[in-house]
Amino acid sequence: MPTVSMTVNGQTVSAEVDGRTLLVEFIREHLALTGTHVGCDTSQCGACVVHVNGEAAKSCTMLAVQANGASVTTIEGLSEGDDLHPMQAAFKDNHGLQCGFCTPGMIMSAVDLAKRNPNPTEAEIRKGLEGNICRCTGYHNIVKAVAQGAAGMRG
Amino acid sequence: MQSFNYAKPASLADAAAALAKAEDGTLLAGGQTLLPTMKARLAAPSDLVDLAGIAELKGISVSGGTVTIGAMTRHADVAGSAEVKGAIPALAALAGGIGDQAVRNRGTIGGSVANNDPAADYPAAVLGLGATVRTNSRSIAADDFFTGLFDTALNAGEIVTAVSFPVPQKAAYVKFPNPASRYAMVGVFVAKTASGVRVAVTGAGNGGVFRVPAYEAALAANFSPSAIADGVISAADMNSDLHADAEYRAHLVAVMARRAVAAAG
Ligand SMILES: Cc1cc2nc3c(=O)[nH]c(=O)nc-3n(C[C@H](O)[C@H](O)[C@H](O)COP(=O)(O)OP(=O)(O)OC[C@H]3O[C@@H](n4cnc5c(N)ncnc54)[C@H](O)[C@@H]3O)c2cc1C
Ligand code: FES
Ligand code: FES
Repeated sequence: MPTVSMTVNGQTVSAEVDGRTLLVEFIREHLALTGTHVGCDTSQCGACVVHVNGEAAKSCTMLAVQANGASVTTIEGLSEGDDLHPMQAAFKDNHGLQCGFCTPGMIMSAVDLAKRNPNPTEAEIRKGLEGNICRCTGYHNIVKAVAQGAAGMRG
Repeated sequence: MQSFNYAKPASLADAAAALAKAEDGTLLAGGQTLLPTMKARLAAPSDLVDLAGIAELKGISVSGGTVTIGAMTRHADVAGSAEVKGAIPALAALAGGIGDQAVRNRGTIGGSVANNDPAADYPAAVLGLGATVRTNSRSIAADDFFTGLFDTALNAGEIVTAVSFPVPQKAAYVKFPNPASRYAMVGVFVAKTASGVRVAVTGAGNGGVFRVPAYEAALAANFSPSAIADGVISAADMNSDLHADAEYRAHLVAVMARRAVAAAG
């Protein structure tokens, strides 16, 4: 079995895994970081989005071995202790979630978007979140939240 | 997913050797097509040979009127490249319209052209610009490369190393995306080059990406949207599925072609 080593939320982790292990399985089942969700398992919904070397990736569509040596950030790694990341705070303030299932992936994609485009228009936010599906909110408050979160990240 | 052996060679020669000695080996690029296919058990390779460790397969270079993109260059890198935006803005825009950001952060041009999905975007640019697909053993002209649905001129074990695109005088790509996947329901790439006009259509044909000689001749005489006549595309040659029937796709080809000509200016 291959050994994988990577940095997850700043901590070095190493494990022997079956080569088939998906990155999301490694995160949820080996590391017990269950904030990253599996919505579809078919690369469509974005609930599993994490950052790999600072960029959004669907962790259900990546093998753990492909992340060997990488730096991975999950939703658990965004906040500093009890201080929410500005994008998390913005989702809370704007009622940008209902059941919350899509929220971790939505926030990870939104942070990736705001890093590339610090002041996105509404259209750019909607386009930027094309890979993330929410079946509750109708997106309206998510879009508002991302605009506020991006503003918060600008400081 | 069935189990497999995993290898991550550091050179092209080692990748070819690993593939040759595998019982039923498959190359892994971004995995954005291959992994979903394996999860659905539509593919069950004995070995995965990951190309991600081969530095020579990555990167973009522009020289002497040609843009060369390494096979492992990701869609996001092409979309964001100042060099590509400067030389062939239509190509950067096409890459930026593939799937979503997370897919663009992993998926590669080599994987896309090798896979030749009939609804993929890159095949339209490769054929529309008359690009050359470079492999570890030869160079293949776009006109000879795409041979049918999910089928290419690549031999078993042949590795795409790069795609070289000649810089056109003007070009544009317009697609009608499937609203859920953003794959092309119909996508048309139009290019005006020193040696003539080329028009390539993806998403629509029942044999995959194809050129439209009648549009090309009409545009060579008059490069304007009005040169695109109705009725050129026959529904009998179009793909029909739950997203759109053949007649609708045939109609959309002309509409997208006119929009592409208008966008090319
Ligand atoms: C949700 C979603 C939406 C998408 N939307 C679009 C879209 O709108 N438009 C679009 O065009 N595509 C779309 N795609 C597909 C995406 O662009 C893929 O990245 C691409 O088709 C395959 O590239 P890859 O690097 O991921 O290859 P992989 O999945 O790793 O490989 C695909 C195939 O190519 C072979 N291969 C890979 N590299 C090479 C090489 N260098 N030489 C020879 N063979 C090779 C592999 O063995 C495999 O058979 C989408 C995918 C997803 C998951
Ligand atoms: S669980 Fe990965 S995209 Fe839906
Ligand atoms: S809040 Fe329920 S899926 Fe988005």
